[in-house]
Amino acid sequence: MSAAREEILRRVRAAQGRAHAPSSRAYRTTGTRDAAERDALLHQRLVDYRARVERDLVVVLDELAASRIGVPPGLPADWRPANCVEDQGLSPQELDALDGVVTGCTVAIAETGTIVLAGGPAEGRRALTLVPDLHVCIVRADQVVETVPEAFAALRGLERRPLTFVSGPSATSDIELKRVEGVHGPRRLVVVMIDV
Amino acid sequence: MTSFPEAARVALGDSQLRHNLRNATTTIRDKRARVVAEVPDWEELREAGRAIKADVMARLDEYLVQFEESVHAAGGTVHWARDAAEANRIVLDVARSHGADELVKVKSLTTDEIQLNDALAAGGVQAVETDFAELILQLDGDWSSHILVPAIHRNRAEIRDLFVRTIARGQDLSDAPSELAETARVYLREKFLSAKLGVSGATFGVAETGTVVVVESEGNGRMCTTLPAVLVTVLGIEKLVPRFADLEVFLQLLPRSSTGERMNPYTSLWTGVTAADGPQELHVVLLDNGRTNVLADETGRQALHCIRCSACLNVCPVYARTGGHAYGSVYPGPIGAILTPQLRGLEQAKSLPYASSLCGACYDACPVKIDIPTVLLHLRAEAEKSTAESASMRTLARIFGSRRLYERAQRLARLGERPARHLPGPLARWTEMRDLRPFPTETFREWWSRERGA
Repeated sequence: MSAAREEILRRVRAAQGRAHAPSSRAYRTTGTRDAAERDALLHQRLVDYRARVERDLVVVLDELAASRIGVPPGLPADWRPANCVEDQGLSPQELDALDGVVTGCTVAIAETGTIVLAGGPAEGRRALTLVPDLHVCIVRADQVVETVPEAFAALRGLERRPLTFVSGPSATSDIELKRVEGVHGPRRLVVVMIDV
Repeated sequence: MTSFPEAARVALGDSQLRHNLRNATTTIRDKRARVVAEVPDWEELREAGRAIKADVMARLDEYLVQFEESVHAAGGTVHWARDAAEANRIVLDVARSHGADELVKVKSLTTDEIQLNDALAAGGVQAVETDFAELILQLDGDWSSHILVPAIHRNRAEIRDLFVRTIARGQDLSDAPSELAETARVYLREKFLSAKLGVSGATFGVAETGTVVVVESEGNGRMCTTLPAVLVTVLGIEKLVPRFADLEVFLQLLPRSSTGERMNPYTSLWTGVTAADGPQELHVVLLDNGRTNVLADETGRQALHCIRCSACLNVCPVYARTGGHAYGSVYPGPIGAILTPQLRGLEQAKSLPYASSLCGACYDACPVKIDIPTVLLHLRAEAEKSTAESASMRTLARIFGSRRLYERAQRLARLGERPARHLPGPLARWTEMRDLRPFPTETFREWWSRERGA
């Protein structure tokens, strides 16, 4: 299809405008809150979009011990519930048979209540946090930023990894704009906010 | 296509539709206003978004080549499609090369625009729509009326009846939204877990890295772009942004303008192929299909800045009354009124630039500051160049340009006035709603020459 490529580029060159001044970047790149305020804001914004927020990891892990829980291979030992299943390439059907999954994250955005997964050792591959119906995500205090641009700064060097921004559980508003939690992604999102 | 006034007449007579629309647009509008007010630098973000897109339209050739190189370096394949037929053939060929007779699909306006599903069906491949609303429309053979909420014109009772007729036959189903969503979840999960091939559109492509971005709520987008072994993405050439960090602007502007959320539930970004994570064969189809025509129009090209949020639909007094179908295109509302005539050629959609009261609410709501009213006026002027109105304007210009012709015309007007309360021919619509002002018995010039002598 290189004929198509050449023709489209020729059309573009004939049509496009002239280069002008560099883009305006007057928006905020950093926030103004201290760590405690960031923490409180993230908590509130997560709850606002119907994620459950917990503070005591031990209690949460105990609660999960009776269920069939998947974990990524690089999840630290003290973040794992008892009897968990390590993901060494589980099939979609095997993932579907899990009750839930526990992972870490790369960065969390307080203003928007967003968790960013970047496929790191403690986050696992994308399917792991997608197919099971419950996602328990552990966020360390030092991973919390205030603004979206700060999250992009934290993602520098990770741009080519598969990235997923998660803000609350799966939802649809397609029926008369009534928000319904839980369509295809995990219907329950639990965020465990821990100090470093 | 059917003209907008004709198509709108049907919708205007449907009171259920108007009720659904009013309810929906008002709800989203209020939510949007609340979350936009939270952002202290909203105007700076809008300006940054506008400037980034203007830069893309000025250097699109460089960014396209850079994007192609980046995707290639990351293990993906880039295809180029001049038109819909070419794009559809590329997707069909990929499906055939894997022997797939079914694929799962993320809601995408671009693939609707090129009528990909029909082309695939003709080639023996069934595309399963996985967005909740798109599923509803597909099951009912209907089509989208809103960019963001395609089934905005359907209420819960209608959806329940449809499901009982199709995917939940014989089941005892109520019209509770949660139960309807559960029905779709069960039906589609089987499809996701077994799909070999996924097809998506994309909201952004990043030239610098070759990253493709899909913004969604339900998780069907994640399913379609993660679980199948092969993924094809159809990307309009205007969807590029130069740098990865530019996404920090658009991921703030888009969700708040679109669903009125601080952030949508899921945004997926992928760059080529990642070992042991997601599809291991990846294609991106770069689509022109009229976009370079839009690019060539200096005033109109800003329509290509659109990030498909649908804020302009929700604030538009015309859209709220006619709904999306009247616009006769997958791009309804104010943005559709400027995009469709440019993509298809003005001759194909001459009435659309008039589907507006020029109130300007769309411009104020647009997160990338597309000046829709100005483009509407520009397109109206273009549309009239060859019509009767412009012919009369040319005649008038000649008359005003000559004293002799002007004075003769004034005398003639007075003579012809009495029987003619209404203007003839193509000018009749002007006097349908207005009385023609009576001509004075004497013009100023006649008075002057009588009083002061020539």
